[in-house]
Amino acid sequence: MEGAMPEEKIRILIAKPGLDGHDRGAKVIARALRDAGMEVIYTGLRQTPEMIVEAALQEDVDAIGLSILSGAHMTLFPRVIQLLKEKGLEDVLVFGGGIIPDQDVPELKRLGVRGIFGPGTSTDTIVEFVREEIRRHRAGEPRQ
Amino acid sequence: MAAGVSAGDARALARLISLVEDEHPSARAALAALYARTGRAHLVGITGAPGTGKSTLVNEMAKVYRRRGLTVGIVAVDPTSPFSGGAILGDRVRMRELAGDPGIFIRSMATRGSLGGLARATSDVVKVLDAAGYDRVLIETVGAGQAEVDIAKTAHTTIVVEAPGFGDDIQAIKAGILEIADVFAVNKADREGADSTVTALEMMLDLNGGEPGCWRPPIVKTVAIRGDGVPELVDRVEAHYDHLRQSGLLARKEEERVRDELVALVQHELTEALLASLRPGELDEWVQRVARREADPYTAARNLVHRRDC
Repeated sequence: MEGAMPEEKIRILIAKPGLDGHDRGAKVIARALRDAGMEVIYTGLRQTPEMIVEAALQEDVDAIGLSILSGAHMTLFPRVIQLLKEKGLEDVLVFGGGIIPDQDVPELKRLGVRGIFGPGTSTDTIVEFVREEIRRHRAGEPRQ
Repeated sequence: MAAGVSAGDARALARLISLVEDEHPSARAALAALYARTGRAHLVGITGAPGTGKSTLVNEMAKVYRRRGLTVGIVAVDPTSPFSGGAILGDRVRMRELAGDPGIFIRSMATRGSLGGLARATSDVVKVLDAAGYDRVLIETVGAGQAEVDIAKTAHTTIVVEAPGFGDDIQAIKAGILEIADVFAVNKADREGADSTVTALEMMLDLNGGEPGCWRPPIVKTVAIRGDGVPELVDRVEAHYDHLRQSGLLARKEEERVRDELVALVQHELTEALLASLRPGELDEWVQRVARREADPYTAARNLVHRRDC
């Protein structure tokens, strides 16, 4: 509508790649992002990296949050990031949570995973992180 | 961007849908450029109460269409929270089998405050998918109760999904959602009570009467989770589209839709132009006077519209 500035909603994909079979944590995060006014596309369990990136493209999301409990994060995260690059979606924010040992965090961040949130992280922290990253990206500020 | 959509670029398509949803000024120009390419897809609405199995049916219908060599765009609408403005869009959970098929494009939409079962931008998003060349566009409404009937204006063919145990005979003769059905799906038909649901719907259709040559909505029993009955459902949906075309109803329906759309756009344009032409503070002055009961809103509106020489 002309006149008022159009509102750009924040759209986020929350996905569970790999084989682990429970998604309570992912649902808690999805709900917290919803309560923060964002549109959360929830895709359910056992998503392949290909499915995740295809959904991110079709849904035109600003961010992808991946929850991994299975220990396969060192293969799944890099694959998602690589596919995003191939599709020209490298400006989509990627963050993750689940069971991820501290020693893997620097490598994941080097690959382009912007935030890693372990068990016990408050949902407020994650909401703030997402909001700030997207605000900065939309304002055209470089990512640090 | 319109060129990218015409050329089948999925990223351009996804971007344009976002601009349409956000009512971004550039979306209008792209829609205008694409408009001549619209009007080719068969638009199929799927509505019904929450939990009747709409998403699973959409998933199975898309598979049937793909087996028949047709491409499918899907728009799945879920509600926006009236408190936070956020939404959980979960329809993809039931559509995971469609992943990886380039002949399918799925888009989730939040209602963003609209109450008729669709979002305000849904019909424009459907136009974009139509222009992109999808043969069928399936539009899944929010879980609808009795009065969310916007889908009937957007879709050519509306499927109302019922499931056993969702209501008694009296529900079947109430006004509202049952009246907009072109095809009924009684889903979860392996459950007890499916036959009495079918009977109640038949009774309602008998009461409607209907003249010879009129379309009587067929009732198809489905078990979406297994795909049972879904090819028959798709056959009935296709038969309805043929009926619309052959009877000339399709052209009439399209004219009605265009008329509604044009009137709404004209109202919008006029309102915007008028408000923009007011002198600063003029509207506020009237607001104050009406709020203090020094003027009534009817006179105020008339004055705001008619005071100028244009």
